[in-house]
Amino acid sequence: MALLEVEGMTHYFGGLRAVHNYNLQIQRGEIRGLIGPNGAGKTTIFNLITGIYRPTRGRIVFEGEDIVGLPPHRIAARGIARTFQNMLLWRHMTVLEHVKVAHYARIDYGLVGAFLGTPRRRRQEAEFEERSYELLRMMGVERFANKVITELPYGAQRRVEIARALATEPKLLLLDEPAAGMTPEEMIEMVDTIRRIHSMLGMAIFLIEHRMRVVMDLCETIQTLNFGEVIAEGTPDEIRNDPVVIEAYLGKEVVT
Amino acid sequence: MTTATQKQPPASDRHRNSTIRAVLSPWREVPFLGWLLGALAAVMLEHSVGSSLALTLGLRRIPVLFGFELMLKAPQHIPGMLVYLVLVYMLPAALVAVATRGLTNALAARLLQSPALSLAVHLVLLYGCMHFWCALSDYRYLVAQLALIAVMLTLSLNVINGYMGEFSCSHPGFMALGAYAASVLTVLLFVEDDVFGPPLLPPTLGPFLFPLALVAGGLVASLGALAVAIPSFRARGDYLGVITLAFTFVVKSLFENLEIVGGPRGFMNQPNWAGLPTVFVWAVVCVAVINNFVRSTFGKALNAVRDGETAAEAMTINTRRTKTVAFLSAAFWAGVAGGLFAHVVGYINPATFGAQKLAEVLAMVYFGGLNSVIGSIAGGLGLTLFSEMLRPLEVWKWVIIPMLLVLVMTRRPTGLIAFREFDALKLLGPRGRWEGGVQDGTAGG
Ligand SMILES: Nc1ncnc2c1ncn2[C@@H]1O[C@H](COP(=O)(O)OP(=O)(O)OP(=O)(O)O)[C@@H](O)[C@H]1O
Ligand SMILES: [Mg+2]
Repeated sequence: MALLEVEGMTHYFGGLRAVHNYNLQIQRGEIRGLIGPNGAGKTTIFNLITGIYRPTRGRIVFEGEDIVGLPPHRIAARGIARTFQNMLLWRHMTVLEHVKVAHYARIDYGLVGAFLGTPRRRRQEAEFEERSYELLRMMGVERFANKVITELPYGAQRRVEIARALATEPKLLLLDEPAAGMTPEEMIEMVDTIRRIHSMLGMAIFLIEHRMRVVMDLCETIQTLNFGEVIAEGTPDEIRNDPVVIEAYLGKEVVT
Repeated sequence: MTTATQKQPPASDRHRNSTIRAVLSPWREVPFLGWLLGALAAVMLEHSVGSSLALTLGLRRIPVLFGFELMLKAPQHIPGMLVYLVLVYMLPAALVAVATRGLTNALAARLLQSPALSLAVHLVLLYGCMHFWCALSDYRYLVAQLALIAVMLTLSLNVINGYMGEFSCSHPGFMALGAYAASVLTVLLFVEDDVFGPPLLPPTLGPFLFPLALVAGGLVASLGALAVAIPSFRARGDYLGVITLAFTFVVKSLFENLEIVGGPRGFMNQPNWAGLPTVFVWAVVCVAVINNFVRSTFGKALNAVRDGETAAEAMTINTRRTKTVAFLSAAFWAGVAGGLFAHVVGYINPATFGAQKLAEVLAMVYFGGLNSVIGSIAGGLGLTLFSEMLRPLEVWKWVIIPMLLVLVMTRRPTGLIAFREFDALKLLGPRGRWEGGVQDGTAGG
């Protein structure tokens, strides 16, 4: 059984058809890419899978259960974590707090613990903190732990956002342009980091990226989207040489 | 320009700086325990010689609120007043604090081995200070009670407006619900009353069951808070602000039209069970519980909701539950504070819980500092005291306080002590060269 299965998903924004008859199967532990020109509907697909929007039509099945209509926090707690294209970070919070609070679904000390500070709460908070440091270390941003997020350079903020997503212990991680706005060196480091977290934690990864280097390096299979529809699907080599894909991108950047 | 002078200060300046440092250094080494001891010495001194000293200095009586009100009314007493303040408060407190710093530092370090004991000792000393200070005047006693209640209101409102970042105007409403509910319970059960008849329970039980009445008041306020918590799932910002404001006015007009509790004339006969010790204990519990909450991962979820609800949901945070808990717990404490207020004053009417109360509490929250327990303590205590001190100015008081608020808001838009984590145990540790011996040096947020 596939980890995630999307069948015939269609989504309209008013009269605009952003996604049309979209199908997807992601196996456990696989890395898959999603590319397509601006406005193709890539981010919308992430928003549909994570429950921010409800699809007009179609099914989304995660670990054998239909998740359409569940509130986003429930979907996240089931094991679908994500980052955002424009990084939705919490501007008054420290880096450590970002990662710690993403353990929310694991809290088991209840309201009594939250208000009264029971030993169980102390134990669990210490556990969250330790794990948070571990994830920050994994993403190479441990030294910023007690800084407020806005004091960090851009690249480090992106890494914190991934660490935060990892804290929810995802089985599927959705990355929306993780290397956007990065220098070529930063981009290569990011590819390495993604590969490292994948081999350490073993979750499936579904990533959107404009930088072809990133997708081609990381992904086993790639989907190409245009005007909300999949126009090509295959290995990096197949995609690179597909005339339909080249056409969609009008030749720009595809071969780099 | 300034940086250049800072880099190369003239020799005399440098010399002065080092003398300043030499003079200041003993003060920096005084632990919180030392300051409490100093303050206790000062208030005890005032207790024994205050009134005779005041007479000697030509003052009619002891300066009730640090002489402010007397200075405003009778400026010719200003010199005498200043001498009094220095002789009775500043000098004794400072001398005791500095002189005992070796002892208090050692003691503070020892006490920290048992955090609960350390907290208890500090609280007892703090209460001791208040006790002796208030023993000299009923007015001081009342101001202290009201100031502690203000801290509870401020802190609980901060949970919503600061920690969760919604602009809630519903606090007077919550307070009214708690005040009326607790009052009705105590009067019905323990007091001979014209409307409610003879007491249903023996009045001697009253003081023991009073906490339950307060809790019941808090729970009624929490129940009322559902009326704003549920709309908050969808409405945010200005829209929610208007809903919460409407809530306050609906509650107010509810009590105006409820004849059984006196309608607009108000409701009295509340038994006198909310003495300073009772109010103090409740305020301490309120601060401890809320501080516990906002420092937990559960509480940090409020910050996440404030700074980005979409991301919060995507990170498994149940934003509806978070909002419900924030509104209901804040309302609970506002309700308890309302119940205490009713029993301190012994009379409530709907007009007490209107726009003026709202302005006061909001001012305390924004003055003290958003997202900060210590800020709310400072805001609640500070503005209550300050507003009492300025009482002789009558109408002008309402010019000065808002202007002060505007000044703070333009300089520090989030308040004086905003976004500060309050770690009581860190505050209670030894200072200066005594520091660090026992602690493990964990980094805090
Ligand atoms: N909330 C919304 N309301 C209305 N239209 C929307 C909304 N979100 C996206 N759209 C539209 O849907 C289409 C797909 O947008 P989407 O953000 O999914 O594209 P994308 O593939 O992620 O593009 P990019 O590469 O620029 O990030 C666009 O035409 C966009 O304008
Ligand atoms: Mg996008």
